Amino acid sequence: MTNEWAPVALVLVSHSRELAEGAARVAGQMAPRVLVVPAGGDDDGGLGTSYGRVEAALREATADGRSAVVLTDLGSAVLTSESVLEMADDELATRVRVADAPFVEGAVAAAVTAHGRADLAAVLASAQAAAASFAPASDASPVAPPAGPPTSPGGDARGDVVLRNPLGLHARPAALIVRMLAPFDASVQVNGVNAASVLDLMKLGAVQGDLLTVTAQGPQASEAVARLVSDVEAGFGEV
Amino acid sequence: MTLDAAWAVDWVRRSAATVAEHRDELVELDRQIGDGDHGENLNRGFAAVVAKLDALEQPPATPGDVLRLVATTLMSTVGGAAGPLYGTAYLRASKAGATDALGAAAVVAMLESALEGVVARGKASAGEKTMVDAWTPAVAAAVEAADHGAPPSAVLAAAALGARDGAQATVPLVATKGRASYLGARSAGHMDPGARSSQLLLEAAAEAAADAD
Ligand SMILES: Nc1ncnc2c1ncn2[C@@H]1O[C@H](COP(=O)(O)OP(=O)(O)O)[C@@H](O)[C@H]1O
Ligand SMILES: [Mg+2]
Repeated sequence: MTNEWAPVALVLVSHSRELAEGAARVAGQMAPRVLVVPAGGDDDGGLGTSYGRVEAALREATADGRSAVVLTDLGSAVLTSESVLEMADDELATRVRVADAPFVEGAVAAAVTAHGRADLAAVLASAQAAAASFAPASDASPVAPPAGPPTSPGGDARGDVVLRNPLGLHARPAALIVRMLAPFDASVQVNGVNAASVLDLMKLGAVQGDLLTVTAQGPQASEAVARLVSDVEAGFGEV
Repeated sequence: MTLDAAWAVDWVRRSAATVAEHRDELVELDRQIGDGDHGENLNRGFAAVVAKLDALEQPPATPGDVLRLVATTLMSTVGGAAGPLYGTAYLRASKAGATDALGAAAVVAMLESALEGVVARGKASAGEKTMVDAWTPAVAAAVEAADHGAPPSAVLAAAALGARDGAQATVPLVATKGRASYLGARSAGHMDPGARSSQLLLEAAAEAAADAD
């Protein structure tokens, strides 16, 4: 099983053991092949950060040559993570980055990106872009490939489909879409937002019965649209 | 007049004692603008350092060896923000204190390194109501004393006075770094707990040096 983990793992450092474990489950559910290691609370299970727990989590995450992105909640979680890295050997430190990102949203975005076997820089960037998706005016994540101009070489494609599954476009189907689209050489949007961003898809708040307009640009634009339309019609296995 | 490993050991023991003595005061300061654990965090950390010192089979050779032990122990036992901050400070100071006898210039270098460590870790600058506000005037006073030819003990005495003034000056400040920054304007009117503990630690250093003279 270990060999199948994506090359970039996550370490979630929180003041609270429950918060770290809960966030790891939320992120892990959307990216089952990403190793997500929680490191929450102090040594006695109380609120705080533990140098030893963070160090152990980092060691587990970076075993077998993996890289890791670290997500943190409040101040001392950041400071402790950076201290562990300062004390670690240089080779390990080059494979680890501490993200400046919101804890839960950053973990989810990073996990989904890592699941597509993205590299360290891309996973870090997707975590850090998660903050931007709170901004009311932003309608596309700055990390994922920007929607190309309408005159992309492979041409454009477009399709409309009605959302069928009862729970709407919640976290699981949003993650499925991002993962399904990753191998396509195309920039895809759903109702104008970047379909490579779980958070942007979720923010659409699309519910059962809503019409989704799928647009795409790039060499595989029409394949990507066709696949997405058929997945939505199939109800993501939820109907 | 120089300071050796025995001075550093004495500094650590006096630090543990003063932190234990002021534990409740530090807890109360942190309760005003934080989560109330600073006194407990530091007390646990320095108690662990003393236990490690007691367990050493050979006395440490240089002040740097002692400070390195303090650094690694505080990092893994303090828990709150102060753990990595003081841990980094002592770690950087240990590199500057790696000779067996520290003169005035080496003491200044050690204090400067400690301040650099806190700043590197916490990214706070002076005026943000953190321990940086104690360390900055402490280093400035130490530099000035050394420039006037003061011996190491007087350099540390000057640093302790600088830290005391710096800690006092955090009272009216509004915190913009650390946990207290979440309080915004309500953080004004209270002394920063980390600045106060920095003062206590530098006073312990000066007392140990005065004793060594
Ligand atoms: N970014 C920072 N830079 C410098 N000092 C800081 C920073 N954040 C916190 N501190 C210091 O740490 C002290 C609080 O320490 P402590 O109570 O142990 O940590 P926590 O805030 O995690 O509970 C503050 O009073 C302040 O002096
Ligand atoms: Mg505190």
